[in-house]
Amino acid sequence: MTVYNLYIFDREGTCLYYHEWNRRNQSGICKTEEYKLMYGMLFSIKSFCSRMSPIDQKDGFMNLRTNKFKLHFYETPSGLKFVLNTDLSVGNIRDTLHQIYSSIYLEYVMKNPLCVQGDVIESELFQTKLDDFVRGLPIFATKLS
Amino acid sequence: MGIYSVYIINKAGGLIYQFDNNIPKTEVEKTFSYPLEMTLKIYDDKVVVAFGQRDGIKVGHRVLSVNGINATGRCLEDGRDIMEMLSQEANYPVAIKFGRPRLSTNEKIMLAGMFHSLYAIACQLSPMPQSSGIQGIETDTFKLTCSQTLTGIKFVIITDPKQTGHDLLLKKLYEIYADYALKNPFYSIEMPIRCELFDTNLQQAVEMAERLGLTAS
Repeated sequence: MTVYNLYIFDREGTCLYYHEWNRRNQSGICKTEEYKLMYGMLFSIKSFCSRMSPIDQKDGFMNLRTNKFKLHFYETPSGLKFVLNTDLSVGNIRDTLHQIYSSIYLEYVMKNPLCVQGDVIESELFQTKLDDFVRGLPIFATKLS
Repeated sequence: MGIYSVYIINKAGGLIYQFDNNIPKTEVEKTFSYPLEMTLKIYDDKVVVAFGQRDGIKVGHRVLSVNGINATGRCLEDGRDIMEMLSQEANYPVAIKFGRPRLSTNEKIMLAGMFHSLYAIACQLSPMPQSSGIQGIETDTFKLTCSQTLTGIKFVIITDPKQTGHDLLLKKLYEIYADYALKNPFYSIEMPIRCELFDTNLQQAVEMAERLGLTAS
């Protein structure tokens, strides 16, 4: 099990934070373009799912998988989007994504008066806390390679 | 439990076959007095609930009928405008029936095209090399499973999240496609599939998978 990368988007579609741990493949476009593409994909998938759903939805889109990775998606009611890419063996990690929001984002970004809302997160404290948290997860099993 | 629908998308992103198996109907009828306790708006030429969920009526539900008269678009069948009618106190009390909007054929074609591009984008955004496109999407109400053949045809099934045996069904669908669509001399490739044998066999396969899935879990 591994964690590849994490994106945090705000409700306007700005990529607030991006970090990668075990990413092996770059998309071949510059990072800002990649964030836009990612946000566009999520936005479309959300609308796709809400229309495709045969019954009324509550949480909506949760995860997506290809033959190489699984994308986990969590959106707060305020529109913040957390996207974590992991390998396929990872199950439902909604709680983990919620924890990233509640115990890291809220604590070290929202409660930090120097972090302006809607701006890219530059707080070093947030970055280290998040890194520690993700590295401490049971799904983050570092491979010796 | 169940299989909701099947979509077959050609390599250009066009919808060539669609089949709805059993989509649960959500319809609620309620009598309202003036003023209406919810906000309605016109969306996509339909009257839908914008705010104020109550008694099983959810945001996004559209008005299906008023006082038993069916709605067509934003008007009733007798020609009255729904929004205008509901704004007049003299028309109350009214019985309004709400329900989840069903997909029209055009919408289905659009969604199929949308899925085709999402499939390609997911592959580009993969953190690992040599990724395929989307193989599955999970939401709280349904699960989408997709398999793309080597020739680029995508078979997509929409099922209940608890349904099992997706891979078997997708394989079976491909088999049916190869047998009854491709071997039909009147079928032109990449075009919508209109073959009776294909229809019946596909329906049988879906029903079978639904039953087998039930026993497997």
